[in-house]
Amino acid sequence: MIDLSKLTIKSAAEALKKKDFSAREITEASLNAIKEKDGEVHAFLEVFDDALFQADEADRRIADGEELSLLGVPIAIKDNMLFSGHCSTAGSKILEGFTAPYDATAIKKLKEAGAILVGRTNMDEFAMGSSTENSAYSVTRNPHDLGRVPGGSSGGSAAALAGEMVLGSLGSDTGGSIRQPAAHCGVVGLKTTYGRVSRHGLIALASSFDQIGPFAKTVTDAEIIYDAIKGRDSMDSTSIDESTYAHRKEYEKVIGVPRAFVEEEGVSAAVRKNFDEAVEKFESLGYKVVDISLPSVPYSLAAYYIILPAEVSSNLARFDGVKYGLHVDGENSIDDYFKTRGEGFGRETRRRLILGTYVLSSGYYDAYYGKAQKAKELITSELRQAFRSVDLIMTPTTPASAFKFGEKSNPLEMYLEDIFTVHANVSGCPAISLPFGKEGDLPLGIELTADLGREDNLFMAGKDFLGE
Amino acid sequence: MPMDKEKVLNLAKLARIDIADSEADRLATEFDAILGYVGEVKEISKADSLQLTADSFVLKNVMREDGEPHEPGIYTEQILSQAPQREGDYLKVKKIL
Repeated sequence: MIDLSKLTIKSAAEALKKKDFSAREITEASLNAIKEKDGEVHAFLEVFDDALFQADEADRRIADGEELSLLGVPIAIKDNMLFSGHCSTAGSKILEGFTAPYDATAIKKLKEAGAILVGRTNMDEFAMGSSTENSAYSVTRNPHDLGRVPGGSSGGSAAALAGEMVLGSLGSDTGGSIRQPAAHCGVVGLKTTYGRVSRHGLIALASSFDQIGPFAKTVTDAEIIYDAIKGRDSMDSTSIDESTYAHRKEYEKVIGVPRAFVEEEGVSAAVRKNFDEAVEKFESLGYKVVDISLPSVPYSLAAYYIILPAEVSSNLARFDGVKYGLHVDGENSIDDYFKTRGEGFGRETRRRLILGTYVLSSGYYDAYYGKAQKAKELITSELRQAFRSVDLIMTPTTPASAFKFGEKSNPLEMYLEDIFTVHANVSGCPAISLPFGKEGDLPLGIELTADLGREDNLFMAGKDFLGE
Repeated sequence: MPMDKEKVLNLAKLARIDIADSEADRLATEFDAILGYVGEVKEISKADSLQLTADSFVLKNVMREDGEPHEPGIYTEQILSQAPQREGDYLKVKKIL
């Protein structure tokens, strides 16, 4: 039996090409690993019943001599990406039983690259949360410590990979939902430049921040998935291509550290020590690490938690109990809406919908939404200024290691999990979380952010750092 | 200005969500804390003197040519099969007037 823990996407693709094993064999290994481990971890909401059929198709293509980057590689997808003919619920009761009528562009591209989509993974409802505890279906456990959360909202995708059940997975990142669970589960997680991956077919949370991206064991693997799914798409008018952002600086291995931000209150001693060790490691690899000042960036989280609920309140208006999904009968037509939405949405979703309605209401719009949009511009401008002199900005990915179930019952405490990740969504910049160091048995992550369109810098530094 | 239960219930009404009184009470307290935190954003954005460079997004709207994107009717069954209630090729809702 193939041991997935000994393989990467790169090594598996080579072995498949050399016919060391077949796509069916590696897919069976993935399905067996899920059967064996997922009872405890619960990363998956569903294992697709056509996985082996996809594998046989991949084997035929391998026999025909086709060469594709992901041909025969088992991948998991987050439950908010449409895969035609398969169920997709965004972790919500309001979409229970919904069958996708078409493929999301990222899914279509994965299929074109030959990937085997083995199942859909658990997530916080509509990607709202940092622990996967907000799923309407179940919690997902961290494979490194079953008493702790895997992070979120893409917790299922991170846990499926960290639990050695697949070789890679897709998540979506609106405020840190790929990078934070990647850090808590000890894997690589990439949030691409806004627009680099099409959002067509991704169930929307906040459209101006949402990006699909990969989880992988190595930076090389993350790049393979990224190359497969990126690209301009006529179905997403905000999608971009290679030439959208001109490269403004040669890569010179210079990393900026926003010292005051990193040493803020609330960052655990273990995370600080680990961060200092990461600085030393980069220096030993010939990188120049300099302190920089980013006075506006710490306000990213405040701006984010105004813009995000505002967009949520607008995007989730489509769930009306009429077109698709749950319908709860009320006394009359408008009562149908109230009942369907009251019962179909979970607590965090209701909280953000109502908050979003408030920040957009007349009389408060300027005070909150207007100011947040302005802050977004300032933050973007400040970061892009910094990228004229540094290639990368480094912070910890999270202020502490994975927490216990129920530990963050206060919503604001949970929101602070994203303190080091949201700047990338607010500015649109790409960022990657790299597994580095531990606090006890729990993995920690180091985050690098690059200028708009400079995923190449993230890959170069990430490979240096992880010794690839 | 502090939140209270009545305000939250009114907002929930605007958002078309049925919530219980007890939830409105709890949300009012939570919103006070959240709005206190996110209100900090006013601190940086009041600095009008801060120079914005031309460094932000270069995104602009993209329109497609007006026209039939596909042959009419080819997705009707697939889309309507997701509807909770239908009658023929129509979505079914309660009487509005």
